[in-house]
Amino acid sequence: MKIGFFVPCYIDAICPEAAISTWKLLKKLGLDVEFIEGAACCGLPEHDMGYIEHSCAIEKGVAPFVADKAYDHVVVPSGICTGQFRMHFECAEQTPEVEHFRKTVCDPVELLHDILKIDELPGKPSFPHRVALHNGCHSLRYLHEARPSELMIKPFDKCADLLALVDGIEVGYAERRDECCGFGGAFSVWDAPCAGQQGRDKVSDYERQGFKYVTSQDMSCLLHQQTVARKNGLALQMFYITEILNGDAAKCAR
Amino acid sequence: MRQVNQVKLGEEFINKREHRESHDRCLWAARMRRDTVAASIPQWEEMRALASDIRKHVLSNLDQYLEQFAKNAESNGFHVHWAKDADEHNRIILDIFKKRDVKVVTKGKSMTMDECGMREFLEKEGIEINEADLGERIQQLDDQRPSHIVMPAIHKLRSDVADIFARKLGSDRDIDDPHYLNSVMRADMRKRYVRADAGMNGVNFGIAETGGITVCTNEGNADISANLPPLFVASMGIEKILPRQSDLALFIRLLSRSALGLDITQYTSHYHGPRKGQEAHIVILDNGRSDRLSSSDYWEVLKCIRCGTCMNTCPVFRRTSGISYDATYMGPIGIVLEPSYDLYKYARLPYSCTHCGSCGDVCPVQVPIPRLILYWRDVVVKQGYGETMHNLEQAAAEPILKNSRNLMLAEKIGLWALKNLPKGLTESPLLNPWAKEHTNPEPPKETFRQYYNREIKPQIDADGEKAGENK
Repeated sequence: MKIGFFVPCYIDAICPEAAISTWKLLKKLGLDVEFIEGAACCGLPEHDMGYIEHSCAIEKGVAPFVADKAYDHVVVPSGICTGQFRMHFECAEQTPEVEHFRKTVCDPVELLHDILKIDELPGKPSFPHRVALHNGCHSLRYLHEARPSELMIKPFDKCADLLALVDGIEVGYAERRDECCGFGGAFSVWDAPCAGQQGRDKVSDYERQGFKYVTSQDMSCLLHQQTVARKNGLALQMFYITEILNGDAAKCAR
Repeated sequence: MRQVNQVKLGEEFINKREHRESHDRCLWAARMRRDTVAASIPQWEEMRALASDIRKHVLSNLDQYLEQFAKNAESNGFHVHWAKDADEHNRIILDIFKKRDVKVVTKGKSMTMDECGMREFLEKEGIEINEADLGERIQQLDDQRPSHIVMPAIHKLRSDVADIFARKLGSDRDIDDPHYLNSVMRADMRKRYVRADAGMNGVNFGIAETGGITVCTNEGNADISANLPPLFVASMGIEKILPRQSDLALFIRLLSRSALGLDITQYTSHYHGPRKGQEAHIVILDNGRSDRLSSSDYWEVLKCIRCGTCMNTCPVFRRTSGISYDATYMGPIGIVLEPSYDLYKYARLPYSCTHCGSCGDVCPVQVPIPRLILYWRDVVVKQGYGETMHNLEQAAAEPILKNSRNLMLAEKIGLWALKNLPKGLTESPLLNPWAKEHTNPEPPKETFRQYYNREIKPQIDADGEKAGENK
């Protein structure tokens, strides 16, 4: 299976460990992975704020690199960017290549859970800790990676299924398990007072439940939660899900 | 005219810790009750889909259903009026009241009347309006607009209510016991109810096949305003129609469960004409609804049945309160409705959202609120109402984000600044708005691209060469 590996702008610059762990895990699974060097951004930061003219320019810039039928799947280690490509990548010309790309683009959770359907992880990773699982809103409600608490459908949770393959791990949730943490992209700057309050409420929820570690399939939520926690003197450690699945988190857990 | 700045007004509420915590706790509890009662119905999701389909069907055939409703309502003995906007709505009602020399009115809850500024309008004409809904009455006494469409005073503490009653009704300021406060209000309102010359109310559903109207309340106040006075006026938006009486079986079940997490409203009142000797009117209001209906991007907003559940679930609303939206409609449905009334004034509202999507999944009639929020942001920018700061940031970001070489350069500069400039500078909230609520992220040792070029690429190149030699 040929995988194109797209590294979102913020992951590249600020959370490279999420991409590195994902890359290593995909290689260990024996996949033919190729880093899409020329691709920069999915256009979400602009689209999200209503600046369609700018997001169009960004989409057109990235389309030639990601829309390639040679890739069975393009894997994007970020829920929000995966959702952007799938739902809103409508400005670039909808060629057969772009259509193929939008149908097959996925995040690592979907790749491992739905496409590869793995039932064991390479290298027998362990993480002998209690960890809070934060299903990011976009992964939850737009990628359908778990049951949102609003919907009265059969419960499922793809991240929890994958984490269950890790030795010694105990997965739990915040009391308000899928309430938004307040990141919301530019919202966290544009409406800082509310984003900060939501973030404080989220990290103090973890604290009350006695969690020291948090994981998510969306690094953007964790980036917000981590830096809000630090600002408020809370020592929570946060990991992108593949850092745990690839055994990297265990090495740096304090 | 000034623009509503929800962020600033919201911050004021966030900083009132006791109020914020109580508000968040009450509404989250309503959301949890809603989850419990919704989960007790195995067909909940089918019901939402069916309700959405019925609402879409009504909206697609609204002209016919409205005519059918009006015809049947008239044969029931209602006088039916058509108002194209708020002014006409208010004038029609004023005329009715003037003809009957109305001085005192008992008014039930009505979002349509709020939207038209009905109470303020009639008060200016010297008519005494007494709100019969407890929360609405508290807000009236405090001269403040409702903060929630179902729980108008939910942002207030008991002590705030005790304070208002002490000022306005002469009660003991130091007693905030709900039973005491209720008895004070009851004693005051009962005197007013019997003096009322007319009653007014909103409408939850107008039934086309019967020409009757249905009103849901938890305090029975609709019945006080509809049944006691000799004159009754109901106000209804054109979208409130349901085809059949039997459709209520679905919508009543969804409405109260969504709104408050109760199996059913305490009072579900059906009016099929004036009682003997009474005169009854229904004013049917457009006020921009036809325009909304004609927009292929936006018409589904009219499916809304005003249950308020999107407010209860919204993480922004729960922390900032409905007061911060400074509008008739607030929370998720408010930020997609208000710009259609006044785009300039409410241009910032669609940005009071984190895109969490909860409102869309909780909505009993599947109004696609998250998509409509994006729709309005697009409109705001295209109409030139984007914030100057956003315009500059977005224009600056485009060349960086559309080209990987530019992105790498920007990363280099940004990470250098993070590593080398003093924190006093990089974490100054004045220069870096992120730093108001966050620390800066720890700068990584290297970016993924740097890692790739150092660690992986040489290996791939070497493998490539080897493969070439082997050929």
